[in-house]
Amino acid sequence: MKLINSYSKGKLHFMNTFDSKSLLKDFTPEIEKTSLTWWIVLLIFIMIFLLGIFGLDRQISEGHIVTGMRDNVVWGIYIVNFIFFMGLSYAGALISGVLHLFKSEWRKPIIRIAELITVISLLIGPFYIFFCVGRLDRLYFLVLYPRIQSPITWDVIAITTDLFGCILFLYLSVLQDLALLRDSAELNVPKWKKKIYTFLAMGYRNTIAQRKHLEQARNIMAAMIIAIAIIVYSVLAWIFGVTLQPGWHSTIFGPYFVIAAVYSGTGLMIIIMWLFRKIYHLEKYITLKHFSYVGYILLIIGAFYGYFTFADYLTKWYGSQKMDAQLIDKLFSDFFWLFIFANYAGILIPIIIIGIPKFRTINSIFFAAIITLLALWVNRFLIVIPTLEMPYLPIQDYRPAWIHYSSTWVEWSLSAAGIAVFAILLMLFSKLIPIISISEMTEPEVNTEDNI
Amino acid sequence: MKNDESKKSSRRRFLKDGLLFGTGALAVSPIIQSCAEEHTMPQDMVKVLTPDGKVLEVNRANLKEVKGSQLATTKEAIAGLPGRKFVMVIDLAKCKNARKCTEACQEGHDLAKDQEWMRIYLLQDGPQTAPYWFPRPCFHCDNPMCVSVCPVGATYKRTDGIVLVDTDRCIGCKFCMTGCPYSARVFNWKAPEHQRLEEKDYSPELNVPAKEGTVGKCVFCADKLRNNELPRCVTACPMGVIYFGNILEDTITNGDETVRFSEIMKDRSGYRYLETLGTVPSVFYLPPTNRMFPVERGLENLDEENKSRYKDVEYVKSLNNVKKLK
Repeated sequence: MKLINSYSKGKLHFMNTFDSKSLLKDFTPEIEKTSLTWWIVLLIFIMIFLLGIFGLDRQISEGHIVTGMRDNVVWGIYIVNFIFFMGLSYAGALISGVLHLFKSEWRKPIIRIAELITVISLLIGPFYIFFCVGRLDRLYFLVLYPRIQSPITWDVIAITTDLFGCILFLYLSVLQDLALLRDSAELNVPKWKKKIYTFLAMGYRNTIAQRKHLEQARNIMAAMIIAIAIIVYSVLAWIFGVTLQPGWHSTIFGPYFVIAAVYSGTGLMIIIMWLFRKIYHLEKYITLKHFSYVGYILLIIGAFYGYFTFADYLTKWYGSQKMDAQLIDKLFSDFFWLFIFANYAGILIPIIIIGIPKFRTINSIFFAAIITLLALWVNRFLIVIPTLEMPYLPIQDYRPAWIHYSSTWVEWSLSAAGIAVFAILLMLFSKLIPIISISEMTEPEVNTEDNI
Repeated sequence: MKNDESKKSSRRRFLKDGLLFGTGALAVSPIIQSCAEEHTMPQDMVKVLTPDGKVLEVNRANLKEVKGSQLATTKEAIAGLPGRKFVMVIDLAKCKNARKCTEACQEGHDLAKDQEWMRIYLLQDGPQTAPYWFPRPCFHCDNPMCVSVCPVGATYKRTDGIVLVDTDRCIGCKFCMTGCPYSARVFNWKAPEHQRLEEKDYSPELNVPAKEGTVGKCVFCADKLRNNELPRCVTACPMGVIYFGNILEDTITNGDETVRFSEIMKDRSGYRYLETLGTVPSVFYLPPTNRMFPVERGLENLDEENKSRYKDVEYVKSLNNVKKLK
């Protein structure tokens, strides 16, 4: 309330009327107690995770023969999942990074969700590379005998940097809340939880000097993770782009992957916002406005994504080099419905739903986000698989599995396990720290006029 | 511990090499299987050196070649053979898909029946153009994509032009397989079965024993080349399709005839497959003109499995249509 005085000129936003005490009161129930349903859901996800572990055990003991990968399609849905999860991590990089730097008012209640998505998906993504590697026992060779010419080495460097950067950024942004939770006398949590808060808060006392340093550090990190994320995703694209394979060998791949990543990340952002809003009753904080604004981002990025997709396939189709023509022919025959879904429905449906005000409701935006997310997974599938099924020398083999890729239960179980781990980590985190950042919500704005 | 072992093995290798050096002048890496028999013709006799320095005479028939005895260590296999730059020329006019090269390669490298380092394609560039049999080894490119993309240096290019894979180093990321535009690489999806050599005898030049979760490919029989022998596919081919040699000496041979590389390239208009990709292969092809056999000869004597490989080729489709009409 005292904030009101500090703004003589600007139009005051309702967000600024929150103070940390009342917010804490609103958010603590989720931290203090856990419902039976929560435990049941957690248990289900743990079961899915264990199924994945079982699949991994089969794969390690019997060899990669249990997967659907063979000599032509040497990378299957593991790589698809890898690109997909890495792409999701873009939600945080863009929304938290960019919106933090622009000081957009509406970012406040959703910024933590964005940061969490970033870190969790970044933690999961690289595991799919590990599943794809034939000799897990030699993984440390990547560090022991690195060759800087290889895009995989670029990837190792980029992803580790990104991971550290994003964890640091998340940590800096939860630091004030951790201190708040540590100092809150009313908070009724077990001792070990208090200990965690005390340990993680690292003596942060919210002094003016500390706050200033924290703010500076966050600004630097926000700018850095945007840059690092662009590099990571471009490097990922170059794993495909640098090869000579038709469909992969394309200069557009770097920016295309970046845009596709932001698109899927924003889609997931909306889905997670919707889920937390429903489950943790955050209707007061996350409103249609937030869904619309993130929706606008989705719309703009969706249009870009559509443009890139069109540009890539148009030039391939128009030039009609033998291999390009074969690839497009394959996409429109063997993969017809997947292609229509990923590159038509996945672009047009979100744009129509969000673009036309009449359709723009919280649930419809949520629906559009689900379409986006699924379409982007399929898009990556269509980038990886058809090209591998169509090498320069035609596949002449008598074994059907060597000609057409079809993923096995092992690969699906590990894919499901990734989603399960994502959910588990998100659930656990939401029980430790409020899913809406208290410090952000109470942060005074420098100049409210500039805000959206 | 490991050091001790490697010291021991290098000492053993030294002794072995010393012995072989002595005997090598008389025959290619022989050991004495039994003592000389009494009544034999002098031309059947061979002089050999024993480990204690005596020179003995033995019957040629009693000599047995020690396989793998001269395999290079992983370290030795990194450097190329000095003064050589290997080149392979495949004469498409002579190939009739006898599959002997593939079989000899599989035999020599303990490959499973479904793993082919040397693979024979039936290519037809366009619907109206002629089909032809196309044996494809690894091209041992001078600008090898597989080597560029390998993150751990498991695959490397030697001074003699050979590209090898060290399966002790390979992490199985398969990036080289997606990098290679010629599908020359094979992955060990499961533990290999019969392997004649043990792990301690492993050499990247032979690549036996194969290891699960790693990549294998044609090695130009680098182990044979080290002993001045021709690759297995070259000697196995009944038609003399495959020529092999040293481009620095401008000489290639298929075992029967030896020709000038530059001359045959000029006379027969040799070319490299997919030159536009810029990988600069060491394998050249001679176009299938004035063929020794009609293409369909290659489809005869094939088992059903191998026959079914080629069913999608335009030419085979048209053959089947003609059969149906009859």
